[in-house]
Amino acid sequence: MATHGFAGQETHAHAAPQGFIRKWVFSLDHKIIGLQYYFLALAAVFVGMFLSLLMRIHMIWPTVALPLVGEIKPETYLSLVTMHGTIMVFFVLTTAPQGGFGNYFLPIQIGAPDMAFPVLNMLSFWTTFLGFIVMLAAFFVTGGAPLHGWTGYAPLSALPSAGPGEGLGADLWIISIAIFCIGALMGALNFITTTLDMRAKGMSMMRMPLTCWAWFITAILGLLAFGVLLSGGILLLMDRNLGTSFFVPLVTVNGQLTGHKGGSPLLWQHLFWFFGHPEVYIAILPAMGLCSQLLSVFSRKPIFGYKAMVYAMLSIGFLGFMVWGHHMFMSGMSPYTAFAFSIMTMAIGVPSAIKTFNWLGTLVRGKIRFSSPMLFAIGFVSLFVSGGISGPFLAQPVLDIPLHDTAFVPAHFHLIMGVASIFGIFAATYYWFPKMFGRMMSESLARWHFWFSFIGTYCIFMPMHYLGMAAQPRRYSQFTELQYLAHLIPLNKFITYAAIVTIAGQLIFVANLFWSMFKGKKASDNPWEATTLEWTTATPPPHDNFGGRTPVVHNGPYEYSVPGAPRDFVMQSDPAIKAAH
Amino acid sequence: MASFSTTATVDDPRISLGGGATLPPVRGGGDDGGSGSPDYGTRLRRARLGLLVALTPILMLFVSFTSAYIVRQGLPTLDPRTNTLVRDWIPVKLPRLLFVNTCVLLLSSVGMELARRQIKREAALAPAAPVSAISTGEEKKIPWLAMTVVLGLLFLTGQWMAWRQLAALGYYVSTSPSSSFIYLLTGTHAIHLMGGVLALLVAGAASLLGRPVATRSIVVDVTGWYWHFMALLWVYILSLLEFAR
Repeated sequence: MATHGFAGQETHAHAAPQGFIRKWVFSLDHKIIGLQYYFLALAAVFVGMFLSLLMRIHMIWPTVALPLVGEIKPETYLSLVTMHGTIMVFFVLTTAPQGGFGNYFLPIQIGAPDMAFPVLNMLSFWTTFLGFIVMLAAFFVTGGAPLHGWTGYAPLSALPSAGPGEGLGADLWIISIAIFCIGALMGALNFITTTLDMRAKGMSMMRMPLTCWAWFITAILGLLAFGVLLSGGILLLMDRNLGTSFFVPLVTVNGQLTGHKGGSPLLWQHLFWFFGHPEVYIAILPAMGLCSQLLSVFSRKPIFGYKAMVYAMLSIGFLGFMVWGHHMFMSGMSPYTAFAFSIMTMAIGVPSAIKTFNWLGTLVRGKIRFSSPMLFAIGFVSLFVSGGISGPFLAQPVLDIPLHDTAFVPAHFHLIMGVASIFGIFAATYYWFPKMFGRMMSESLARWHFWFSFIGTYCIFMPMHYLGMAAQPRRYSQFTELQYLAHLIPLNKFITYAAIVTIAGQLIFVANLFWSMFKGKKASDNPWEATTLEWTTATPPPHDNFGGRTPVVHNGPYEYSVPGAPRDFVMQSDPAIKAAH
Repeated sequence: MASFSTTATVDDPRISLGGGATLPPVRGGGDDGGSGSPDYGTRLRRARLGLLVALTPILMLFVSFTSAYIVRQGLPTLDPRTNTLVRDWIPVKLPRLLFVNTCVLLLSSVGMELARRQIKREAALAPAAPVSAISTGEEKKIPWLAMTVVLGLLFLTGQWMAWRQLAALGYYVSTSPSSSFIYLLTGTHAIHLMGGVLALLVAGAASLLGRPVATRSIVVDVTGWYWHFMALLWVYILSLLEFAR
């Protein structure tokens, strides 16, 4: 390995802890906290996946009693919908890419010894963990989990008498979200301060890997969005428990007036979606940054249009705050307002297309290495395009109104927000596993996992678009007795079978993950021949990340196939390359 | 604060083939070279930056409440007896005590600023004090920090009394959306101010425990800016409640 640029000896802000509790439980080390976030998300994804499996099975065999839940009543089904969505969005898609990998690798990639505020970092994880426990508790209280979906639409969510699950279960759901918001805000604070203030010498903003840009922009989105969700949650709790009427109009439940009047359910929708749409980008931006990184590393080419990629991510983040109304075309909003939201929504297609073409441009004439991280990165691009292409459909009120409450919308957002982000998490796992655990994951198992996931995903969600166009409604617990949907039952069966096989395929991943931790082939410090700073340090990285030294950065993050260089990659901390070309 | 000034010299930086022009070496933050044990100046700058970032979601929280306030104020509701649309927003005359409280809070902000400057001076002179005849001002120190805490607690007590007055007049949380918002906005502000009082108490306890003045100074400095923000926020909340009834 070449001599890397390092400054003098530095000491770490906090000494390496010795005891088990301080080292592994209440750790201040961003790497341990990153792993804690990752494993929290791993636990959460299995809960969420199990719930989706129950839903899919119930849809085609509605009378079958299922394990752990027994007979599924319509309200049970709605609580499964709610908890699946909430757990996946908050505790998986927001937690793993940002809290997990961001925590672990942001400081190392910018050459810092830790996050800016390690204690706050630890608190942010444990707050998130508490939020998850409170969320799960909703299953086990009287009435069970809430019915109102992950979007928590009022007045259903605001009235404890509105149905089973809307009592204590709904209170726990809101409290869990509020706790999650506080944890996410603490995390965002750390990410932004660390990025702005702790970069190593020579690591200008425009030399940061695109992963760091993605985490940074995601943190800004979180900072602006979670406070608004928190405010909505506070108002909702007040409506439910203090008798206020922010969201509840004059309404009766079972023929009885509720005592509320004058509130606006649409006010909740505005507050929720002002958070909710940026949340989509909070889930997917880290995956975008990561896949940009991987496509460059495994094509042995600089990323095509680094600056364009940065500005595209900034534009996506900015526009993401202007389009929340496209979730509310059904609410009877003024056609002029709808038009404005529609135009802004379609405008997001521009930076998204820039990113997509730059990814493809990076692949063109590259010396592509089809390693498992690269397979998932390409899979991400594929899913991003497939899921994104239905975005402009739904951005138009005239199309959204008939499609909104059909299976078309779940098909769209699962592809682009759900599975594409999950592919980003998989790609990150296969890419950084050697650095995190010092061993390689099994490549053959990874390939099996990829093909199961990739084909399985398309088998599940592509036909779902068709179901939507054929007017199969969302959120119905069963429809096997509806005559007009009878011809769709075979396709629904196919989707359920595909879901079962795809979920079974994820066991390959789990087996590979844990087997490789202990039995995998020993990894070198830079097995992928990548350029960013995490690959200059020991594997796994020491407590202070760089063994008492501080890196000095001389090069950009994507110096591959540099003419005149001794190897086909120049690390960021290598002596500065001469612009001989 | 984060600095984007140029301090490092790096030869021929090159971003990517697709990135276009080469960039000059721009130095970001972390002029301690990313050190894990930064000096006082770096710690102070980082803490201030952290605070600035932390104030953003607090601001968003109140922006969001304000937006809900404006929307809810304009909404009619159905009167089931007459089957007509009526307004259920009852304008509430704010207790005079709230204006007295405002003076107390603004006064505490002045005290906070004096405390902040006092401890900064102390921190700056601390390294020189043992080896020179420079006075650190210990001999005539006015306890601004303690005064700020007392005024802060006085403000909170005043808020509590104002809520009691509102309740005595029949305005409870659920009486009208206007009273809901009064309790919501003043209550949320009070909770945030309690955080500031707690931070000052921590700084005071650190002083009693003989912790380094640099650390205390950072806590007081950052809390000082937070406190000023809370004072401004309070003036805004009061203006909203008074002028947009």
